[in-house]
Amino acid sequence: MNEVEIELLKIIEKNANLEVEKIAKLMNKEVDEIRELIQRLEKEKAILGYSTLIDWAKVMQFEEVTAMVDVKVTPARGVGFDKVAERIYRFPEVKAVYLMSGAYDLSVSVQGSTMMEIGNFISEKLSALDSVLSTTTHFILKKYKHDGIILQDDDDDDKRIVVSP
Amino acid sequence: MSPTSYIAKQVADLKPSGIRRFFDLAAQMEDVISLGVGEPDFVTPWNFIEHSFHSLEQGYTSYTENAGMIELRQEISQFLKQNYHVTYNPEDQVIVTVGASQAIDLALRAIVNPGDEVIVVEPSFVAYTPTVTLAGGTPVTIQTRAEDDFKLQPEQLEEAITPNTKAIILCNPNNPTGTYLNKKELEPLAAVIEKHDLLVLSDEIYAKLTYDDDYTSFAALKSMQERTILISGFSKAFAMTGWRLGYAAGPAEIIAAMVKIHQYTMMCAPTMAQHAALEALKNGRQSVQDMMESYKQRRNFIVSSLNEIGLSCPNPGGAFYTFPSIQATGLTSGEFAEQLLEEEQVAVVPGDVFGENGEGYIRCSYATSLHQLDEAMERMERFVRKKM
Repeated sequence: MNEVEIELLKIIEKNANLEVEKIAKLMNKEVDEIRELIQRLEKEKAILGYSTLIDWAKVMQFEEVTAMVDVKVTPARGVGFDKVAERIYRFPEVKAVYLMSGAYDLSVSVQGSTMMEIGNFISEKLSALDSVLSTTTHFILKKYKHDGIILQDDDDDDKRIVVSP
Repeated sequence: MSPTSYIAKQVADLKPSGIRRFFDLAAQMEDVISLGVGEPDFVTPWNFIEHSFHSLEQGYTSYTENAGMIELRQEISQFLKQNYHVTYNPEDQVIVTVGASQAIDLALRAIVNPGDEVIVVEPSFVAYTPTVTLAGGTPVTIQTRAEDDFKLQPEQLEEAITPNTKAIILCNPNNPTGTYLNKKELEPLAAVIEKHDLLVLSDEIYAKLTYDDDYTSFAALKSMQERTILISGFSKAFAMTGWRLGYAAGPAEIIAAMVKIHQYTMMCAPTMAQHAALEALKNGRQSVQDMMESYKQRRNFIVSSLNEIGLSCPNPGGAFYTFPSIQATGLTSGEFAEQLLEEEQVAVVPGDVFGENGEGYIRCSYATSLHQLDEAMERMERFVRKKM
């Protein structure tokens, strides 16, 4: 990766919604050059997708529950943890899976619309997998910061005076 | 006797800052997008703030040494050596001040005798000329030219020097133009300065905000360290304007004279701010780099947008200001800024408040969010289209 590619990725990581024309202006490059670069990075799968970070707590009708599940597993011969991780991450309820060091093996983030829905998923699907030895479930009660963005930030108004030296 | 009659003559004669006048105007308006601010839009990085809290919890609430905490002076010295290859003894060649502004004031009061002339290069930061006057000196201005990208030319400097000239104040990169002088451009100026045995107050507060070239401190030029008072601080690159923390580094005799004034007038810079600055120098490199990259992108954005609008704007090498020409609109700087504020609620600073050669220009700060910049450019385009 060269400097231009890294700069571009940093810009769209912060705001995937920026028009190509604006990105080109920010980087002092031609629009076509940036468009081609984005297409190439998409093809190379350096850019995997474009997501929007929504604070669902602000959407009154929508209730969402997230649980972080610590999972102990038996690794499979030859493929270690990868195979069991794959069996877990294929479930649509699962939003993230990480291999961890320490007291348990996999950290699994599960999303549902109620606690019961998540409970059912863990007891009926996740725990039922052959290689899963145990699960410990922690429900998220409130999100303060996610993916580097402070969610409860009522502090982003400009506190500077309008004109200063 | 009226209270006015008690006011000292040199204070009564000072013109109020044009910035202040424009601030009063802008403050009455609502929903203003401001490109008028001379400070970062970033909040001070959290680890600097947290370190300051921690120092208070530990009971560091009393005075420090007059010249500033020795640990901080050591870090400043280290920072100058690593970044600009200039070596200062933290014991007696560095003073911590209440902002770079106080460092300028102290330096001038330490060196100026009545009748001494100090050269100010315009367009300039609004405080230079008044602080020369308050120190009892005579400010002599040099008007840099737009066709030179507002870069001071050696022959202009030569011409302004008289037998009474004692010092010159240089701001590199410059507020308000963003003009940046590289090593090759500084060297001929240094030759003139050496020839006439002048002192240099080198205001390098924006040094870490240069975008396309390596920065050369004036003090790092051949034979210049002994005649340079290097002034800098934490306000701009470290996003710490409200902490009021700056410093000066220079010959021990001059720093001692500055400490003498400082001990009677200020005692020391705020202790908790000094602790925050210590953390900034020790662990702030990445934060400064991240902010610098963001400013650079926004500079590219605003320069390109202003030129598209028809306000001719060179690419400034540093600081976070652009200084576009508004001459195509036929308005004066003051008219342009006032009408833009009234009609489109965008605040910019009229160029003439920075010196008479700033007429025909406006200062637009790009230390504001991309979203706001984008909206400001749309409004300015609408405004300029109406006027041209």
